Amino acid sequence: MSEALISARGLTKRYGDFTAVDAIDFDVAKGESFGLLGPNGAGKSTTMRIIAATSQRTSGTITILGRDPEEHGPQIRAHLGVVPQQDNLDTELTVTENLFIYGRYFGLGKRFIRTKIEELLEFAQLEEKRDVKVDALSGGMKRRLTIARALVSEPDILMLDEPTTGLDPQARHILWDRLFRLKELGVTLVITTHFMDEAEQLCDRLVVMDKGKIMAEGSPLELIKTYSTKEVLEVRFGSDRNKEIAPTLRAMCSRMEELPDRILMYVEDGEALLEEILNKKLHPTTSLVRRSSLEDVFLRLTGRTLIE
Amino acid sequence: MNSGINVAKVRSIGAIYVAEARMSAMLKWKGIIAIVAIGNPLFYLVAIGIGVGVLVSENSGTSGTGGVEYITFIAPALLASAAITGALDEAMFPVMEGFKWRKLFYAMNATPITGPQIALGVFIAALARVAFTVICYWAVLIAFGVMSVEQSWDVIPVTIFAAGAFAAIIMGITAKVKNDDYFMTVLGRLIIMPMFLFSGTFFPLNTMPIYLQPIGWISPLWHATELGRHFSYGYSISAQMLVIHFAFLLALLICGFALANRTFTTRLTK
Repeated sequence: MSEALISARGLTKRYGDFTAVDAIDFDVAKGESFGLLGPNGAGKSTTMRIIAATSQRTSGTITILGRDPEEHGPQIRAHLGVVPQQDNLDTELTVTENLFIYGRYFGLGKRFIRTKIEELLEFAQLEEKRDVKVDALSGGMKRRLTIARALVSEPDILMLDEPTTGLDPQARHILWDRLFRLKELGVTLVITTHFMDEAEQLCDRLVVMDKGKIMAEGSPLELIKTYSTKEVLEVRFGSDRNKEIAPTLRAMCSRMEELPDRILMYVEDGEALLEEILNKKLHPTTSLVRRSSLEDVFLRLTGRTLIE
Repeated sequence: MNSGINVAKVRSIGAIYVAEARMSAMLKWKGIIAIVAIGNPLFYLVAIGIGVGVLVSENSGTSGTGGVEYITFIAPALLASAAITGALDEAMFPVMEGFKWRKLFYAMNATPITGPQIALGVFIAALARVAFTVICYWAVLIAFGVMSVEQSWDVIPVTIFAAGAFAAIIMGITAKVKNDDYFMTVLGRLIIMPMFLFSGTFFPLNTMPIYLQPIGWISPLWHATELGRHFSYGYSISAQMLVIHFAFLLALLICGFALANRTFTTRLTK
């Protein structure tokens, strides 16, 4: 691994009796796109706030850009771009005013910021909205503006907390495209998400978090290889019959998960298994063969689905 | 690393950047702020000064107001209350927005800007709004011949100082507020409104029963009004009371900042 921009050991954050982040270790290398995947309440956002040098850890160590955030908060924050879960733009101001004001907080010169704004408006595809009040923007545009705002200082690390939660599919794809471009430009990304497709699209490497702990770590492909099979067969027999048929199915595959509405069967060849089931005259009402995803990894590791 | 980033500069003048942002937002309301700043004194002058003033002078002359016209008596009080209302607007709403409604302070704090700098920036912007209000109000009073320029110019800095002290304490208290459902109703109706009525605004505080007078003593508005009267038409205050008025307001300012600095930091770094 090349130079680590972020390095955490035994990182812990407690709020009273509740342990939000429980002794986690991780490193993020320069130019890497690193993901924190997990359900709501897994400790992702808390971890993000500690990396962002705003929230103070309870114990453990962490260095960001080689510094301890407890002692060098402002110096670290000067080189981070932060996109919070909830957009916190100044909705009374226009698109360009938001970018300009934010640039000032980094002590950047007015001329530099003005030039940068033109570049960012193009990047965020907001040129036509430059003098529009933020209030009037769509959810996707606000999100892109928040990202553009985080880039005004040309940060060494861009941190995105649930970048596409709450956006419609089209807005998500536009955003992914923009983020992918940043990745290509070599910007180090730290992303939290509870969408496995997002993690697969954007992350070179990720950690799966649950209840404040890291359950697994690797590239999306590695994780799938390690914790799941190549394919998954999803079958539905109707909620009454699922239970009755489950024992028969269990004998037919290496691993099986019974969800409230469907049964997931983990195999190397889904089509072959489906044929076998049909040959046994067990007629599922619906069936689907698909590739394993991070959702399956998560289910395997925690026994729960990501979005419940 | 972006070499244009200047952490040292932000450390020294970060609060100015925050104030700039606040004032950009305020400028969006410039029409309303100006109408309030000029309309408010006009309405009060006509309604209270002329309407109530005639009633007072017909019944008791100037005996109840220490020998001056009723309008002269209440003008500095109205000026102080307008300044304090402006201070309340600019200290309470931005703090609620910053922490709760739009979480703007969290965005600021994601940069090298620190909590105390945000508090100071909000304060500077509030002071600018107060200064604008006070100067407009004073100009209207001068235009109507209620005060004279030579005798009353020093009421401007004194009133701005008093309203600033009020802004600081409101900022400190508002930063503590987690649930805003009751806060603003209680503050507005049970604290600000009685303060307006029982601070010697419309009649001298000492004409009230002694058990109601303490409301005035702890009211920043009363201290501001007494100072305003002293500096606008020479209402006489003992040197001792003068010190007490200034000291009380200064204490509010210091406590307000102590509270704000601590609360801003802990709330942002939780």
